[in-house]
Amino acid sequence: MGRYIFKRGLISVPLLLVVSFLTFILNSLSPMDPAEVVLHAQGVPRITDELLEETRLALGLDRPLLVRYWNWFLSCLRLDFGDSYVTGKPVWSLLGPAFLNTLKLTMVSVVAIIILSIALGVLCALREGKLLDKSIRGISFVLTAMPSYLLASLLVLYFSVKLDLLPTNGMDTIGSYILPVTVITISYAGIYFRIVRSSMLSSLNEDYVLYGRACGLPERKITRRILRNSLQVAVSVFCMAIPIILGSTVVVENIFAWPGLGTLSVNSILSRDFPIIQAYVLILAASFVIVNTFSDMVNAWVNPKLREDG
Amino acid sequence: MRRFHYFLKDKLAALSLAIISITVIAGIFAPWIAPNDPEEVHMELRFASASWEYLLGNDHLGRCILSRLIYGIRPSVLWVLVALVASVGIGAVIGFIAGYFKGRIDAFLMRICDVMLSFPGYVMTLAIIGILGVGLENILLAFVLMKWAWFARIIRTSVMAYAESDYVKFSKVLGMGSLRIMRKHILPVSLPDIAVTSSSAYSSMVLQLSGFSFLGLGIQAPHAEWGMMLNEAREVMFSRPEMMLAPGITTILFVTAVNFFTDSLQVALDPKLGISGKKRQGRPDSVAGRIQRNEVA
Amino acid sequence: MNLLEVRNLRVWDGRGGSVLVSDSSFQLKKGSCLAIIGESGSGKSLTCRAIMRLNGRGLLQSGEIRFKGVDLNELDEREMRSRRGKQLYMILQNGMRAFDPSSVIGVHLRETLARHYRWNKNETTEKLRQAMQSVRLQDPIGILNKYPHQLSGGMLQRVMIALALLLEPDVILADEPTTALDTVSKFEVVEQFIQLRERTGCSMIFVSHELGVVRKLADEVMVMRAGSVIESGTAAAIFSNARHDYTRYLTSSQRKLNDRFQELMGGAGIADR
Repeated sequence: MGRYIFKRGLISVPLLLVVSFLTFILNSLSPMDPAEVVLHAQGVPRITDELLEETRLALGLDRPLLVRYWNWFLSCLRLDFGDSYVTGKPVWSLLGPAFLNTLKLTMVSVVAIIILSIALGVLCALREGKLLDKSIRGISFVLTAMPSYLLASLLVLYFSVKLDLLPTNGMDTIGSYILPVTVITISYAGIYFRIVRSSMLSSLNEDYVLYGRACGLPERKITRRILRNSLQVAVSVFCMAIPIILGSTVVVENIFAWPGLGTLSVNSILSRDFPIIQAYVLILAASFVIVNTFSDMVNAWVNPKLREDG
Repeated sequence: MRRFHYFLKDKLAALSLAIISITVIAGIFAPWIAPNDPEEVHMELRFASASWEYLLGNDHLGRCILSRLIYGIRPSVLWVLVALVASVGIGAVIGFIAGYFKGRIDAFLMRICDVMLSFPGYVMTLAIIGILGVGLENILLAFVLMKWAWFARIIRTSVMAYAESDYVKFSKVLGMGSLRIMRKHILPVSLPDIAVTSSSAYSSMVLQLSGFSFLGLGIQAPHAEWGMMLNEAREVMFSRPEMMLAPGITTILFVTAVNFFTDSLQVALDPKLGISGKKRQGRPDSVAGRIQRNEVA
Repeated sequence: MNLLEVRNLRVWDGRGGSVLVSDSSFQLKKGSCLAIIGESGSGKSLTCRAIMRLNGRGLLQSGEIRFKGVDLNELDEREMRSRRGKQLYMILQNGMRAFDPSSVIGVHLRETLARHYRWNKNETTEKLRQAMQSVRLQDPIGILNKYPHQLSGGMLQRVMIALALLLEPDVILADEPTTALDTVSKFEVVEQFIQLRERTGCSMIFVSHELGVVRKLADEVMVMRAGSVIESGTAAAIFSNARHDYTRYLTSSQRKLNDRFQELMGGAGIADR
């Protein structure tokens, strides 16, 4: 068990290095000269060749790529991602709070998604083919086909404008969580509940259910076994939901003016603020790799068979 | 062919196929089908309600909503389809090579896929737009760059399963060339897997594109696109909420049709399902791979 | 005296309506072993599960299953459940899948015994140890703490037999219990089945398509094909002079395959029985 965790953890180290390198060279793919971008962003009226040269030196662009990468990587480990081209502030001073805000939104949503999809998934699996199962699946089908911004707009229209119950933007009160979390939960619960349902259903046909019943075990015990086995699949899926939702709250954040990563990244893209984009990608890609590793470990812990094969 | 027949017997599936085909055809022949010029401004007709000339009414600049919807099919549906075909194509070539030749080539290609899959797709799409600039073509490019690895993974798994089958071994013994074996024996049987996977990825790509357009990162005004039409409607959401109806319902209808189509395709193409009523067992993919398609807009 | 009498058993798919087992009737005498043979898909397992009323959802059944004078088909689910395990017990083909993959073997065994007996923890452990030793399982306590995937198919079959020894059911339904095993484990498991019958005096329905095993165990044989019973009689009669062509085809095509097995079993043919 310990060995598996160690081995699995070790694999993610080179992966993190490659990911960080790719993130770094993303910048060089840009068709624009970074020095020019900086000058543009700072609103310099006349860009001369000398000024460009000076800025390049100041940015350290004359040094070889690998040296620049290594320096950048080391400073990233200290959470120093450079300064924003536009405002000149350190990137982390903008990104850090935004990350925290998005994390809060994500965690609340993930909890809501887990509760809702397990409850609905189990319910539908136990009532497979009945009216309840069919109608829940039908509703979720339509809801997953609905763009989240449309859903968000409709909710705002109804709950904030018509009923004047909930705030439409910001994150000042607990109430301001309700609408964004609802939108995220509805968009994702449809998918995750289907995963829970189908893994429940495939467990229902397993031999151990048949044998358990043949031994006269009460239905309560059988259901517990089915749940335990089918939720094993769901555990890793739910773990992976965290970074995925962390990375795709963009639309929801923009609609509800949530001061998080999504709002920050879209603004940075529109103003071509590369250091922020770079740091944003790096942080999310790194958390993706880390959570992936972590969820494999959790999976090994709950699934004894995997533990030994690994 | 018998499976296809089985598929058509399913009424819901036939209906969704009809919706998809009509949309695609309407998009291709937009100039002939659309009643008006989608970009022609009539300030005197702002927010006009439906009339015989403008069947769905007019938007905030007096443009014909129906014509904009029909022209909007091109970026929202057709160009996404092109991006899908491109990434499935790349994924298929790599998946076939990895799954058929195995060994070192396979290990090497799969490590590349691992790296690609360890980037969250949504974030990377944003990053690519950020680096290359705002615009439809950059989003599509980002789709191709981010999705091929996931297709390669799935196709590899399916090719591997079939490459072990007896008739492929037999063909190898007979001295049939690798390319010929792939084309004659492996491609036809792995096609169902490819079809189901790409169809399920398609609906999430349509939704994502419309989300990016909604944020103003996609196609630029005055061109029509469903997500952008919704964004324009949102600005007048409080005074004219009905403006969201047409593009909203169109998007939901199309994506639902694709989802139903995927489900029915899966049932029709899977010999294990349908007849015996057994549930399909999940493929042994990595968690990251399995989850990639779960991103929605 | 007939312990179990099945009359006009019919199993069909509630959704598609296709009939999977049609009008089967047979009897099981007290203390005897009835083997159901036939190709896969002939309805053997379905018949077996229909007696336990454990066919999956979507499958419906009708007819009369008279066990100790009570029609099982008429019982409600609660009464039926109280008969499962203690009176009717089932042994499955694949031990790997028959036990809950995410807990150790002991959990299932203890839960089952707790359901049927009022033994305390130490008593249960002691009884399990004895039963497992008597089916020649080494280190019973160790096995109780193993996950199913850590044990071999033959061991898991013997664990299921050990549980039968403790439950002392009236009827044991064994659904292809030896099919998934290699020749040596097969030999051991068949030996344990013979001893199980000697020790508990239970009746047995033994589903198999391996005639070598059937010859060794069965008193009576019933042949199924495409969902219906086509022939039944004493084992000797079926093997030496089958009336039906299909039975003759089955017995002759299997004879060659069984030579190796017969050797291992010590050449136990019909003559010895």
